[in-house]
Amino acid sequence: MLLSITKNIHEWLFSLMPENIASIVEMTIIAVIYLTGFAVAGLFLVLMERRIAAWFQLRRGPNRVGFHGILQTIADALKLVSKELTGTIKADKFLYNLAPYFVIITALLALAVFPFTKDFQAFDINIGILFLIAISSIGVIGILLAGWSSNNKFSLIGAMRSGVQTISYELSVSLSLLTIVLMTGTLQLSEIVEVQKNGWLIVQGHVPAVIAFMIYMIAGTAETNRTPFDLVEAESELGAGFHTEYSGMKFAYFFLAEFINMFIIASIATTVFFGAWLSPFGITESIPLLGIFWFLAKTFVIVFLMMWFRWSFPRLRIDQILTLEWKYLLPINLVNLVVMAIVVWLGLTIQF
Amino acid sequence: MAWLNNSILEDMGYFSDIYQGIKSLLTGMSITGKYFLNFRKGSITQQYPENRETLKMFERFRGEVIMPHDENNEHRCTGCQACEIACPNGTIEIIWDRQLDEESGKKKKMIDKHIYRLGMCTMCGLCIEACPTDAIKWGQNFENSVYDRKYLDRILNKPGSKLMKGVEDKE
Amino acid sequence: MEPIVVNNNFKSEEYFINMGPQHPATHGVLRLLLTIDGEIIKKVEPDLGYIHRSIEKMCERDSYQQIVHLTDRMDYLSSNINNEAVCLAIENALQLEVPERVKVIRTIIGELTRIASHTLWWGVMGMDVGAFTTFFYGFRDREMINDIFEETCGARLTMNYNMPGGLMFDIHPNFIKRTKEFVAHFKTKLPEYDALLTNNIIFQHRTKGVGILTKEDAISFGASGPVGRASGYSCDVRVHHPYSALDKVKFKEAMRTTGDTFARYEVRIEEMWESLSIIEQLIDNIPEGDYKVATNAVIKLPKGEFYQRVETARGELGVYIISTGTKNAHRVKFRSPGFSNLSLLNHISVGSKIGDLVAIMATLDLVIPDIDR
Repeated sequence: MLLSITKNIHEWLFSLMPENIASIVEMTIIAVIYLTGFAVAGLFLVLMERRIAAWFQLRRGPNRVGFHGILQTIADALKLVSKELTGTIKADKFLYNLAPYFVIITALLALAVFPFTKDFQAFDINIGILFLIAISSIGVIGILLAGWSSNNKFSLIGAMRSGVQTISYELSVSLSLLTIVLMTGTLQLSEIVEVQKNGWLIVQGHVPAVIAFMIYMIAGTAETNRTPFDLVEAESELGAGFHTEYSGMKFAYFFLAEFINMFIIASIATTVFFGAWLSPFGITESIPLLGIFWFLAKTFVIVFLMMWFRWSFPRLRIDQILTLEWKYLLPINLVNLVVMAIVVWLGLTIQF
Repeated sequence: MAWLNNSILEDMGYFSDIYQGIKSLLTGMSITGKYFLNFRKGSITQQYPENRETLKMFERFRGEVIMPHDENNEHRCTGCQACEIACPNGTIEIIWDRQLDEESGKKKKMIDKHIYRLGMCTMCGLCIEACPTDAIKWGQNFENSVYDRKYLDRILNKPGSKLMKGVEDKE
Repeated sequence: MEPIVVNNNFKSEEYFINMGPQHPATHGVLRLLLTIDGEIIKKVEPDLGYIHRSIEKMCERDSYQQIVHLTDRMDYLSSNINNEAVCLAIENALQLEVPERVKVIRTIIGELTRIASHTLWWGVMGMDVGAFTTFFYGFRDREMINDIFEETCGARLTMNYNMPGGLMFDIHPNFIKRTKEFVAHFKTKLPEYDALLTNNIIFQHRTKGVGILTKEDAISFGASGPVGRASGYSCDVRVHHPYSALDKVKFKEAMRTTGDTFARYEVRIEEMWESLSIIEQLIDNIPEGDYKVATNAVIKLPKGEFYQRVETARGELGVYIISTGTKNAHRVKFRSPGFSNLSLLNHISVGSKIGDLVAIMATLDLVIPDIDR
């Protein structure tokens, strides 16, 4: 049904105007839909984070604005829009202003490739996973720029920490995803989903896949700079870290990007390990529209897991973060990759 | 390979470290998870402006100094100034006068104004401890926010109030 | 101990950073001038005076009854123990024997204050190393003690419940019941503290072997309280110079020998258990009697010098009064635990990372108004 609507619009647009212009118009429409969709999703994630944090911490959470505080983050966003944009005098103005857009655009770029349901995918690129890994490493440049250009030592320390951390953990994210790619034999996300019709990859790959998932979750949490890896903005150490000097909407971009990044990390996990929009045991396979529900449900379970980490653990120290990556995650990951290769080679995967 | 031998194969502590670490993390998560599941009864915070009607402070709560008056608009303050002397901050100031007592016909010390500056009060309770006639006591009011500092200066005796009969005799 | 070389000539990689006075980890208005090489701390220079209120000078102006409430505002987390220290000093000077009931109540309230202070410290400690949830769990338990105080003393933080000669008023009828409830409640919650934070592998890695203070250094820097005891320096005033009813109770002095951040953490956790046991020993045996003995309205101390030491939640608090026989003290000096404990910050944090400095500061458990006075 959804499919037919999009197809109809597509055909209508192409019948109306020349091919090139129609493509551009179509892209714009899709971009606007994604932008609004994920601005709302980001706001919802902030609300969810605050609520869940409150419940972990014996509090009630936001419950004043709107029914049970549903409009709280929208009110916060409106407040941030109306706030003055301050900055430091000696800041490198161009880079200082560029940094928030860098972060938010890279965060939004990654959303394009996710298969939310059957054929509901903005951009089904054949190197999907590679694209995701590449995009997620660009985001750190924005953080580095922000920290360096705002001419604040606390920001600079935060930015440098971020650089060290993201470059290290990029490796683990890629390797753990590579472990799964061994099973699928393709980088295209829609095909990865296709493979999972015989069982989710975490089930197909059993032990090595579970290890890969655990490593992916740890590394993914580090990628998004959340506790226990929130050294970038460790408030008890650095105040607010790299975005100390940002205010108003520029701060909001960083803030939103953090939450959208969390959503992306969870979405990748959903797509690669948990069968994206496929329903468990194929209950609702006949209704593709429900795929969106399943995709989001799985994603939010993983997001919840990351929030649970955040509100339970203390943060690591910078040298311990590197120790964890280079001494534990990377060796385990490499061994795991070989194990997975053997499993696939001998055909030990579990297929339904 | 030497690295592998030294740090992994010979020292199995590497794996037990990982196991112990993950176990400790899961224990911590179970604690927070338990509270998460019981969030409805676990909440320790209060919804402040909403519970204003039902919120009751303990009877000894030190909110502000008040001077109780009875139904005849009479208080128990003789103007002895013990509270003024006891106060460490100059919070209390008593303006008094010698006026003619209607009954005995003698001139007696009577308070004109018992000034209490809430903004300077540290709630130490020494004035109430010092008062020989129990004229002042603690009020349980805690909503003291005002728009101007001058509203925090209060005159505790109500206009036209008189000294209660028999208070001085007891002393 | 090596002499600390004061050297402002920065090496090329070193830079200077200003931590505080407005910084989340300094718990107030402490300013730390850090010299850093990348993440590694080369020098820490505390800068004080942002909350100096000249309490010692005010004590020369006020009468002896009025001094007591000023000590609430020094170490506001152990205000009852501060009050007790001043009252004990004045009572000793007057050779005033307070009733047994007063002694027992003072000890119970002092130990409750210690637990309240340590639960807040535990929450903040967790927050400083990044675990936010501990803050609220610590506050939940502290809230129960605060309610006990509010019912009995009327205030939650600056109690001013002690007076020279006894207590301001008798304990509330609910006091014993509520305290027993709290002890039972807290005994179930302390193991949770361990499960959530103490045994956490990240926390252990963050704290073990960080900020090591040797016993010799602890003594020469004048460290007291949990900071000194974590280094194996037996310095509990409650054991060595028992005051109030502390000579009647049995408890173990919490001691560690490693002297690192984790040892200081463990000492405080163990102190909470010991305080619970002290309360349990006393709560059923509060003797009947008066809650105060009458003193003159104007207290005049005999001519001389008087010193009283107590163990607050942070360490040894000394109250030193010089009297010339008038109704005001000639000079009052407080030996505050935080000041001595702060002095060793540079010594133990040089060479560690910024994250370590925050953890070390958290276990020194500094209360800035206590340092500045």
